[in-house]
Amino acid sequence: MSLEIDGIGIAFGGIKAVDDVSFTARPGEVTSIIGPNGAGKTTLFNLVSGVYTASSGRVRIDGQEVTGLPAHALARRGMARTFQNLQVFPQMSALDNVMTGCHMQEKSNLFADLLGLGPARRETAKSRLSAMAALARAGLAELARRPASEMSYGQLKRLEIARALVTGCTILLLDEPAAGCNAVETREVDDLIHAIAAEGKTVVLIEHDMRMVMRISAHIVVLDQGRKIAEGGPEEIRNNPHVIAAYLGAHGAAEAEAAAHV
Amino acid sequence: MAGQGTTTVPNGAGQTAAAKPRRAARRGIGPGLRTFLIFAVLVGLGALIFPSSYFYRVGTLVWINTLAVTGIVVLLGYVGLVSLGHAGFFAIGAYATAILPNYGIPSPLAMLAGVALAGGLALVVGRPILKLSGYYLAIATLGLGMLIWMVLSKEAWLTGGPDGMVVSGMNARNLFKLVGLKLKSAEAWYWVAGFAAAIGAAIAVNLAGSPTGRALRAIHDSDVAARSLGIDVARAKSLAFVISALYAAVAGALLALANGYITPETGGFMHSVEMVTMAVLGGASSVFGALVGALILTALPQLLTVFADYEHMVLGGIMVLTMTLMRRGLVPFIADLWTRRKS
Repeated sequence: MSLEIDGIGIAFGGIKAVDDVSFTARPGEVTSIIGPNGAGKTTLFNLVSGVYTASSGRVRIDGQEVTGLPAHALARRGMARTFQNLQVFPQMSALDNVMTGCHMQEKSNLFADLLGLGPARRETAKSRLSAMAALARAGLAELARRPASEMSYGQLKRLEIARALVTGCTILLLDEPAAGCNAVETREVDDLIHAIAAEGKTVVLIEHDMRMVMRISAHIVVLDQGRKIAEGGPEEIRNNPHVIAAYLGAHGAAEAEAAAHV
Repeated sequence: MAGQGTTTVPNGAGQTAAAKPRRAARRGIGPGLRTFLIFAVLVGLGALIFPSSYFYRVGTLVWINTLAVTGIVVLLGYVGLVSLGHAGFFAIGAYATAILPNYGIPSPLAMLAGVALAGGLALVVGRPILKLSGYYLAIATLGLGMLIWMVLSKEAWLTGGPDGMVVSGMNARNLFKLVGLKLKSAEAWYWVAGFAAAIGAAIAVNLAGSPTGRALRAIHDSDVAARSLGIDVARAKSLAFVISALYAAVAGALLALANGYITPETGGFMHSVEMVTMAVLGGASSVFGALVGALILTALPQLLTVFADYEHMVLGGIMVLTMTLMRRGLVPFIADLWTRRKS
């Protein structure tokens, strides 16, 4: 499903953290949001996913207005996300973390849950299977029983992706999924995101790794100080003088250039 | 180094292979039933070693407190919400069981009515106050508990006021007579309370491993992430609040019947604090924590009456030590030591 953002904005005490940003993310594509620190990228995600309420603008999923819906209602419309500042469940095992992502698929009732009856056990068994599959996809199958509190930053980033995937989402917002990953892991995350988009999901990505962004994005939106300063394909963005000045700089441009030749 | 690597890998594989059938066997009886059986054995053990009715009475109190604290475990341990007003729900269960029989309603129905009233109140009050978190919520629940306590103390025509009231009605002995067992009253209540605690523990354990339980535990760790997975956090919190109120009310009703006498102090602030303290001391994340906390804080004061002057010092000392040395409570601390020793 396509995600349409139309003139969205929010102000915190007079400061416009996100100001009149519009773009459309299409299914089967990766749309990346880039920009310097403090540009409002994560705030934008929080607006779109219902963590914050926008003070202006609209969000639509496949043309349907979803502006102002609470986060859990948006999740039910098929939106899932990961978090920049990790929001895993540290007291649970990796497996339980991902199983929690199956919440919307689980058709049990409270009565069965309290008495440990058939439906509760069956749904739990089903969730365990799909959670294991998602863990394997994220390269974490061996760590299923490990408490999340004992996993590395890069592993937790991938754990969040696995948890978002099992929700059965059609729109996936990824906030710096490759942060804390080494080169090999970054490549794995890269492939995973590519595969997710290839399934027809709408992927929106915030990422600082320019090689990764240039490699997998179909469409890039550049933010600076809360405003959209550029939008377009990787080629356009790489050569856009405003973007180079505000964000890429000489080094970033070189890195992006290098990615273009990989 | 390479040699070490080759020896640890087969070892690790052996461990998982050995663990698998064991895990499968456990799944066979289910965690809820297993918990029930463990509790049943403990109830039986108590009965085996108790020399007098006095011990049975203390034992009954331990199980009743365990039941109430299991509700706190659901609320505090699973979802991470602090309530300092649960004695209020406890007292509603107790007073309904005491008052209604005076109007011709049989005790079992009176109990049910009290439990339903507590659950209904938790449902109505829960929604608005559960929007608060942390100490704001603690203070709001504290206020709720105080209101209930004040009603119980002031409405003397109904509740006997500060002096409390006699509870007439059902005696557990008669239950056992039906099946041909002649027990002393204290023994009969001990078995009933133990049975109730075992059922309560089994239900709480079932809940923890169920779809609803995962949603509750998710809220404990990250509210925002829980929402992003489609969990209706407000509804889930309210559910946990109602469930824990039901536990408290059932425990209160049992106490009223077992003691035959109740005072407004069952609904007082100190009792609320006591319930939370038991959960935190034993370990709020598990029903066994509830049992250990209830056991220590119920039985120890009885033992310490010999040194009445030092009772509070010893209890206070235990609490300070537990909280500084094992913040997650006794049961998780010991469980950790155990798994670390095995591995």
